[in-house]
Amino acid sequence: MTSFILGPLWTFSLLVFCLGVAWRIVAILALGFPRDPASPRGSGLAGGLAGLLRRSWPRNGVGRKNLLPVIAGYAFHLGLFALLFFAAPHVRFLDHYLPGPGWTPMPRWGFVIAAELAFAGLILLWLRRVMHPVTRLLSSLDDHLAAGLTFLAMFTGCLALYESFTGLRVLHVFAVELLLLYFPFSHLMHAFTLFMGRAATGARAARHGVGA
Amino acid sequence: MNRMSTYAPETSLERGIERLRAQIDARVATWFSSCVHCGLCAEACHFYAETGDPRYTPIHKLAPLKKVWRQEYTFFGRLARKLGISEPLDEQDFADWEELVYDACTLCGRCTMVCPVGNDITAMLRKQREGFAAAGYAPEGLKGATRRTVEVGSPMGLTWKALEAQIRHVERETGLGVPVDREGADYLALLSSLEIMGYPEYIGAITRILHRAGVSWTLSSRAFEATNSGIQIGDADVARELLQRVFDAAESLGVKNIISPECGHAYTAIRWESAGLLGREVPYRIIHIVELLDELKRAGRLPTAGRTGVRVTFHDPCNLVRKGGVVDEPRRLLEAVAADVVEGPDSGVMNWCCGGGGGVSANERAEGLRLAAFRRKKAQFETLGVEAVVTACANCRNILEEGIEHYAMDVEVMGLTELLAEYLAEDGQGDAVAG
Repeated sequence: MTSFILGPLWTFSLLVFCLGVAWRIVAILALGFPRDPASPRGSGLAGGLAGLLRRSWPRNGVGRKNLLPVIAGYAFHLGLFALLFFAAPHVRFLDHYLPGPGWTPMPRWGFVIAAELAFAGLILLWLRRVMHPVTRLLSSLDDHLAAGLTFLAMFTGCLALYESFTGLRVLHVFAVELLLLYFPFSHLMHAFTLFMGRAATGARAARHGVGA
Repeated sequence: MNRMSTYAPETSLERGIERLRAQIDARVATWFSSCVHCGLCAEACHFYAETGDPRYTPIHKLAPLKKVWRQEYTFFGRLARKLGISEPLDEQDFADWEELVYDACTLCGRCTMVCPVGNDITAMLRKQREGFAAAGYAPEGLKGATRRTVEVGSPMGLTWKALEAQIRHVERETGLGVPVDREGADYLALLSSLEIMGYPEYIGAITRILHRAGVSWTLSSRAFEATNSGIQIGDADVARELLQRVFDAAESLGVKNIISPECGHAYTAIRWESAGLLGREVPYRIIHIVELLDELKRAGRLPTAGRTGVRVTFHDPCNLVRKGGVVDEPRRLLEAVAADVVEGPDSGVMNWCCGGGGGVSANERAEGLRLAAFRRKKAQFETLGVEAVVTACANCRNILEEGIEHYAMDVEVMGLTELLAEYLAEDGQGDAVAG
């Protein structure tokens, strides 16, 4: 079982993830972005680039009135990013597979802080999802599955931190494989499409002379 | 909802679903793929903000379009459809969502401004209305307005004769001629029914202003109406036909520019949607009246004398600020004729909607909800402590007046163009260049 999880299943999951994400993006692009022949008031290209950054904080009172999801969102995403790319086992793993000199992993205290931020953010966002009447109405099984699989991957990763017990490391790899298999077919795709969406909306708004 | 009494006889569930399917392009697929159901758009919507009803969350209003996207463009959606374990979009979905799509959305664009993943929720709602109109699920008021616009030429059923009567009245009052069907004029001015019947002083104001500035302009007896019910109800064919009427008139008169009146959605329709609907570039410069007045003022062609001392604020029409970027122009004009102008924290691009845009004002059924949402405007005006509100959209003006009357507030509503005309300097007087 261990060799299956670390061998063929890993390869298969990675393949499904890469091809699935590529397929989703190509399928979206194939639908075509409509041309806007109206004479523009501003540059769509500049607006598209600005749009990538401008939505990083909600406008006016919306951000102030929603500090919980905004801060929890940042905590989760920044924490997860740090864990994914700077946790020592991940750095070693990536160094093994990727060409180049590699990079320095974060110290143990950095891992602890990143993990706390990521867990706190994820749990708070999920609690809001099930408790707030708006998010409760909007949420689907997909949202809960995505949150659950992400939690599982993070949790098993913490258990396997010291790599002292192979079973825990295999469990973590298996959890990540489930996440990779699910990713392209879920809202987790927002990790890629949000940049396309922000750019498209920013470009259109800028053509209309609006900073959005 | 009664689907039989539609403005167009060929509506059906199949047409509605087909039209929804046709709305799904790369942008829609990107936006639905990106939505993480965070619900932040709810806080930007005046209908949710004032009622607390989660059904009014903007992205939730898009559930029918999303259902079509999910079932036809996603792996699990297609799988579920093939296995027969997901329900296709049906009449009940249209009936259940009609109120959310037409009564509880003014297409104001505030939700789009706050979406963290960049979803243009308003654009999707506009697209979704195409499916609802094709299925026959639209408010009777809006259907009637659309039918009158197609058949008579105006959503209020106005004919050229009614406008002619107003023109004669304006000519008597101003002592100036109102040019009609003048070939070779530089500008073709459009009007909205609401201006003609509710605020005819607007016609007098532009007559005086354009005469004072020496602008060559004309009205067209063939196409005077700018209101585009096709845009409001969500019928691209009707919208296209109404726009074509204007461009045909512009071509026959040989004008170079078209002036959109003080009507927000009319500006969006002709300035921003016309080229896309017609599938080609439009060979005219299309400009909102406020943009033109600002240009004339800055060029020193509109000297004004004196300023009102009344404490005023500017109500930004959604279509001007969030769909057209017209934010500074009305402020420069207002500063020229008002000494005490105040701005609130939400003024400008994030201004709260009056509650009557996107066809809601033509939808009698929505009146209660519209007035509930107006509490947001009431609070805005009370916080600022203003005596008057100036705006540049006849529909906003009408809705503001109704809301102010309903809540027994002591606030006057003024049109920016009329205010400017009121302080127009006589020959040889006033500031030569302002702003």
